[in-house]
Amino acid sequence: MGLDFLSSILFATVVAGTPLIIVAVGELVTEKAGVLNLGAEGIMCVGAVAAFAVAYHTHSPILGILAGMVAGMAMSLLFGISALTLMANQVASGLALSIFGVGFSAFVGKPYESVALASVPLVPIPLLHKIPVLGPALFNQQGLVYFSWVLLGAVAWFLYRTKAGLILRAVGESPVSAHSIGYGVVRIRYQAVLFGGAMAGIGGAFMSVFYTPMWVEGMVAGRGWIALSLVVFATWRPLRVMIGAYLFGGCMIMQMFVQGSGAKVTIPAQFLSALPYVATILVLVLISRNRGTIRLNSPASLGQTFLPDA
Amino acid sequence: MKTCNLALAGALLATAALNAAPPAAPVKIGFIYVSPVGDAGWTYQHDLGRKQMEATYKGQVTTKFIENVPEGADAERIIRQMAQDGNTIIFTTSFGYMNPTEKVAKTLPNVTFFHATGYKSGANMGIYNARFYEGRYLNGVIAGKMSKTNVAGYVAAFPIPEVVMGINAFARGMKSVNPKAEVRVIWVNSWFDPGKEREAAMTLIAQGADMITHHTDSTAVVQAAEEKHKEKGTWAFSYHSDMAKYGPTAQLSGTTHVWGDFYTKTVKEVLDKKWKGTNVWGGIKDGMIQLAPMSKSVPADVQKQVKGLEASIKAGKFHPFAGPVVDQDGKERVAKGKDMSDSDMNAMNYYVQGVASAFPKN
Repeated sequence: MGLDFLSSILFATVVAGTPLIIVAVGELVTEKAGVLNLGAEGIMCVGAVAAFAVAYHTHSPILGILAGMVAGMAMSLLFGISALTLMANQVASGLALSIFGVGFSAFVGKPYESVALASVPLVPIPLLHKIPVLGPALFNQQGLVYFSWVLLGAVAWFLYRTKAGLILRAVGESPVSAHSIGYGVVRIRYQAVLFGGAMAGIGGAFMSVFYTPMWVEGMVAGRGWIALSLVVFATWRPLRVMIGAYLFGGCMIMQMFVQGSGAKVTIPAQFLSALPYVATILVLVLISRNRGTIRLNSPASLGQTFLPDA
Repeated sequence: MKTCNLALAGALLATAALNAAPPAAPVKIGFIYVSPVGDAGWTYQHDLGRKQMEATYKGQVTTKFIENVPEGADAERIIRQMAQDGNTIIFTTSFGYMNPTEKVAKTLPNVTFFHATGYKSGANMGIYNARFYEGRYLNGVIAGKMSKTNVAGYVAAFPIPEVVMGINAFARGMKSVNPKAEVRVIWVNSWFDPGKEREAAMTLIAQGADMITHHTDSTAVVQAAEEKHKEKGTWAFSYHSDMAKYGPTAQLSGTTHVWGDFYTKTVKEVLDKKWKGTNVWGGIKDGMIQLAPMSKSVPADVQKQVKGLEASIKAGKFHPFAGPVVDQDGKERVAKGKDMSDSDMNAMNYYVQGVASAFPKN
C-alpha cells in the first residue's frame, strides 16, 4: 500500500499541475514580450469547449487539442487587435476577454453539456514506466503531460539560448530600443500573444478532453487565474513555473489524500482547500523580499502600450 | 366539439374568477436557479419540475427562469426584477437565496415566494425541501452489501446540516448491513468544480474506496467511478439526477429529486386562492425523493431488501435516524425507540458511527 500510495499521490499531482504549466508557460512568453494578457481564463474556456466539440464529433483527441489551440489563437487574436493594434489598455482588454470567453463558451457549449466522452488512454513510455514508484506516476501519463515537459524545455531554450528569444525579451524590456534598431515590436508581440493563446487553448483542451473528460459551463473553475499568478510566482522563469504548478497541484492533492485516508485530522477542510493559495502568497512574499530577482526577471515594459512613433 | 367548448368556457370562468381581470392573461411564474440547467444535477431537476408544472397548466401560466444567479447581493436585485416583470409566483431554488427572498417578499405582499431548502418563511413566503437522507440510507444499504473493501468514499461540498445528514444516513445504511463498513469524506468546498470533484473521487478510489458517491453538482464523480470500474471494481451512487448515462456500468443506484408534483400542486393552490403557506419537507412518501433505478449488478436479494426498506420508509414504519443514534465519540444522540426529530436533523453537526473521517471544525 505504502509505495502504491505515494505513486498515486504523485500521479494525481502531475495531472493537476499539467494544465497550469501549459497555460502559464504560454502566458510567460506573452509577458516576456511585454504584454499582459489577463484573458487566460476565458481563452481556456473557449479552448475547452472547442476541443470537446471537435473531439466528440471526430472521436480524435488529437484533433480536439488542435481545435483548442486554434480557438485559443483566435481568442488571443481578438486581444491582440484590441491591445496591440488599437492600443487599448491591456489590463482592461484582457479582463474583457476573460469575461467574454467564460460567457461565450457557455453559450456555444450548451449542446455538449449532455454528452460524455470516452476517457483517453494513458501513454506509457517504454522501460521508464517500469521504474518503481516514479514509473507509474511520471511515465504512464496522459500524452499532454509529456508535452508540458517538452514545452517547458523548449521555451526555456528559446528564451535564453536563441537569438529570436533574445529579441523577444528585448521587446519586453525596452520596446523603444528594439524598435529603433529595426525590430517589429508589434509583430513580435502579436506572435507572443498568439503563442500564449494557443497554449491557453491547449490547457483548456486538456481540461475538457483529458482531465474530466466532459464539458460543462464553468468547468475551468479559475485555473486560468491560477496560471496567471504562477507566472509571477515563478518570477518569469520557466522551470520555476513547473515547480509552482506541481506545488499547487500537490497541495490540492495532498489535502484530499489526508481527508480521504479517513484519518481523524481536525484541520478544517476550508483551511486545507485554501492551502495552495496560502502557499502561493507565502512564496510570493518571500520572493518579493529580494527586489533584485524581481527586477532581473520581470519584463520592464510589462503591460505598457507601445506606440511605434513615440 | 361541445366538450371542448365547455372545457374552454370552464377554464375561462375559472381564470376570470381567479384573477377578476381579463381572462386571457396567463399567470407569470418565475424561477431562480443557482447553476446552469445543464443535463443533470440540482438545477436540472428543478427545471424538470418547472416544465412539468407548465405543461399541466398550459395556457394558464407561463414560466420563465434565470440560471446561474449568484447567492448574495445580486440575487436580491434579480428576484426583485423578476417580480417587477410581472411574475406573481416566484421560486428561488438555493439555500443562499433565503435572506434575499425574505427581504423582497416583505416589500411585495402581492407576490407569492417559495424558497427551497431554507428555514425562513412568511405570510407570502413558503419553504420546501426534500428528505434526501431517505434515499441516501437506501444507497448505503446497497453499498454495505456490495462493498469488498468495506470502504465508501463520499465527495461533499460544504459541511452544512443538509450535506452532513446525507453522509450520516449513508453511513447508517451501510453499517446496518456491514458492521465493518466505514465512510470517508472529502470536502471539496465547492458545489461545482468538476476537476476537483474528479480528483477527490480518484483519491478516494486510490485509497481503497470501492463505493463512491457525492453531494456536489456535476457528474464527474460518477464518471470517475466508471473509468476506474474495470481496474478497481469501483461502483457509484448518483445524486440529484439519475446519472446512469455517465456511469452505465458503475452506477448502482442513486438518490433523485423530483420537484414536479410539488410545483404542480403548490401552483394550483395559489391559482385557486387556497394557498395558506407552505412548509413542505417531502420524502419518498410524497414522491419528492426517488431511488434511481437499481442496476442489474445489484443482486436480487439486495434489491428485494432495499425495496422492502423503501416500502417501510414510505409507510412511515422506518426512519433512517431511528434510535439509537450514536455519534463518532460514542455519545448517544437519539435514544432507542425514538426517531430523530426534524429540527434535530436540521441542526446535525456531527458524524455518526461508521464515518471514519473527523468532522470538520469551523
